Amino acid sequence: MNSLQSYLVISSILFSLGIFGIVTRRNAIAILMGIELILNSANINFVAFNRFGGMQKLDGHIFTIFVIVLAAAEAAVALAIIINLFKNAGSVDVDEANTLKG
Amino acid sequence: MGEVVFLGIASLVIFSAVGVVVSSSLVHSAVSLLFTLFGVAGLYIFLYADFLAATQVIVYVGGILVLIIFGVMLTNKIDTPSIASSSSNQVIGAIVSLLLFAFQLGVIFKTEWYIGDGVIVENTVHPIGIMLLTEYLLPFEVVSILLLGALIGAAMLSRKN
Repeated sequence: MNSLQSYLVISSILFSLGIFGIVTRRNAIAILMGIELILNSANINFVAFNRFGGMQKLDGHIFTIFVIVLAAAEAAVALAIIINLFKNAGSVDVDEANTLKG
Repeated sequence: MGEVVFLGIASLVIFSAVGVVVSSSLVHSAVSLLFTLFGVAGLYIFLYADFLAATQVIVYVGGILVLIIFGVMLTNKIDTPSIASSSSNQVIGAIVSLLLFAFQLGVIFKTEWYIGDGVIVENTVHPIGIMLLTEYLLPFEVVSILLLGALIGAAMLSRKN
């Protein structure tokens, strides 16, 4: 049970759910949550291959740390953009955000 | 015993991730995301990644999730619960993501993965610190400058004019 394939299956379930959320949700913050799910599935893959793939060092852990840092930066910038969108357009529905100016 | 705990954590991750994408209330989605992130931290513990589990709890649960909940509170009014928390194209989205999932399952179970004896470190903080300041020094500095720039940019974007 505690094998490489079980972690890969969990991470592919998370990835597919994140894609589903990004494609179907209309609220920009819900889309951001889908992106976080996908980043977490990639992190699980990195750590699982580091554990089971015969690595002699912890390179997968380092990659995961970098991904977490990038996720933090991405969440901060994305929320700033979403709040600006709410101030300018009055809504965070991505279907309505279709004007470049004004 | 270990397998029962593993199955419990895996089902916690999967079911709360389903809650994130199908829940109609954004606050419920955020709370489900909390359980997903905790479950992923539990998976890291099963993979002997103690530092990553702690980092996951501190950065994701303590930082990013709070940021997301702030975003929900700042952009949704309480008295209009229907603001754009609805979904569209659910059938097509479900078909696409199910196809993706089936493709990934095929890859996972058809591939002959190389399974080797990896190193198991009791305490990963020491080797991670050594590697971050020797081999990965340049990416470490670059990503810290990127984080600084992103945070300054976010503060500048969201200030009042």
